[in-house]
Amino acid sequence: MSNKMQFSIETKDLNLWYADFQALKNVTVNIKDGLITSLIGPSGCGKTTLLRCFNRVNERYGYVTTTGEIKILDKNIYDEDVSLPELRKAVGMVFQRPNPLPISVYENVVFGLRIHSKNRELSKAKSDEIVEKALTEVRLWDDLKDKLKTKATTLQLEQQQKLCIARLLPLKPQVILMDEPCSALDSEATLAVEELMRSLAGSYTIVIVTHNMAQARRVSDECIFMLLGEIMEHDRTQTIFLTPQNPKTADYIEGRYG
Amino acid sequence: MSINIATGADQGITVNRFTETAIVRRKKLAEFFARGVFLLMTLLMIVPLILIVGYLFYKAAPILSFDFIFSNPARGMRAGGIWAALLGTIYLVVISLVIAAPIGVMAAVYLNEYAKDNWFTRIINLAVVNLAGVPSIVHALFGLGAFVLFAGMGRSILAASLTLAIMTLPVIIASTKEALGAVPAAFREACWNVGATRWQTIRGIVLPNSVSGILTGIILQVSRAAGETAPIMFTGAVFYKAIEEGNVFAYGLLDQCMALSMHLFTISTQVPGVPEALPFGTAVVLLGTVLLVNAVAIVLRVYLRSRKRW
Repeated sequence: MSNKMQFSIETKDLNLWYADFQALKNVTVNIKDGLITSLIGPSGCGKTTLLRCFNRVNERYGYVTTTGEIKILDKNIYDEDVSLPELRKAVGMVFQRPNPLPISVYENVVFGLRIHSKNRELSKAKSDEIVEKALTEVRLWDDLKDKLKTKATTLQLEQQQKLCIARLLPLKPQVILMDEPCSALDSEATLAVEELMRSLAGSYTIVIVTHNMAQARRVSDECIFMLLGEIMEHDRTQTIFLTPQNPKTADYIEGRYG
Repeated sequence: MSINIATGADQGITVNRFTETAIVRRKKLAEFFARGVFLLMTLLMIVPLILIVGYLFYKAAPILSFDFIFSNPARGMRAGGIWAALLGTIYLVVISLVIAAPIGVMAAVYLNEYAKDNWFTRIINLAVVNLAGVPSIVHALFGLGAFVLFAGMGRSILAASLTLAIMTLPVIIASTKEALGAVPAAFREACWNVGATRWQTIRGIVLPNSVSGILTGIILQVSRAAGETAPIMFTGAVFYKAIEEGNVFAYGLLDQCMALSMHLFTISTQVPGVPEALPFGTAVVLLGTVLLVNAVAIVLRVYLRSRKRW
């Protein structure tokens, strides 16, 4: 049975060093297609590092050495023939602080497409349609349809974060990585973004790093607990929270450290 | 009654609440002084500026006219106008900027956006900072050796402009890097993560958001290039050269030229019997030229900002 289940992301013996510091140790993990998988663990355990490996954006931050294998949709992303722009097109990322570009809402949504298409290839009608579709998908269309020309950095934080998600959709990504996407938002906005994530699950594989245990529980199908760069436990969210196998997982979930 | 719990001590506190204490008075005094000192320094900076400009205009008033600007010096520099010098300065500044600005901006983009942080980059950065501090007379000697003699340009507008370009380049690089660095890293991350290449990131987001800062840095170098005497004295500026009055194409690239800064220097110190208003008039025109270039740059800045699409 489990062989038939398709994995979007598979890593094998993944090790990563920032200069001399080893941030990931022998990480072997399979993330299922179309589910929301949350990465939890105390600060500095390597959650964000692992997340950033999945679209190789880690390489932009200082001296990073990586060994091992990461397969995304069955393709090793460290292969020589992998083009980083194409990889990042398929594996989008949402950040802790919403980072809309300082251009209009409209331009934010089509920004990715413009980057990946030749000049003038994108007709006005087509981009209009794409903007409407993407904004509808993240439930912003009704709020913003009259404000498409406003500068995106002036929106409310919740809208900004949803826009950052909408920005990825026109590129038809397979995987969306989210690095604590709600930590800058208030509780209502958090709920709204979580609802959005639930509605995107199925169409996209979502991996979310979160500090918020309750959020992991509410939103994710599967849960990975990390500690000091190693995977401690990976199971269905319910199982992890109700009957954790590893005593360290239990201690963390019950709030004995973190 | 047990309900009335206000004792004498409580009342003492209540009476004092929200009123000034000795500490507050001291803080207010310090605040007053700080404000005063900063204001004074601001005035100290502005007053001489106004005095200098006012004095210049006052002294130059009798000679300033359309004719003064558009005629060549006459009677051994003791009469006439400053046309040849004004046009020379414009040539030198414009050509040096046309050379230095693109090179400087592109080098800064490389250093800030592409270069990895290694020993080579650090050496380049160190060199840039140090070059910015080299006295202009040293640049003049370099220009004399490299452009006039070695490259065989002779003493010419081209050699002088190149020397000025070399002089302004490090400062343009430094200020452009500063402007690029002020663009939030989050914008770049956002671009990378939709698969933008570095160049797309730079062109689409980084440059549009730093263009004001970059232009400001370049503008400041205009004044410097226009005002320097030493670098051009050795490499292309001459004491006297008559050119066709009113023709803006009167100089060729390999001609020698007059320049306002040097003209000012010669008529104030080298030539006896120059009427007092003449050097002051020259100074006013030099000032006006710099202000004009700055104004153009400011208009350009506003235009570029309004062209950003949102």
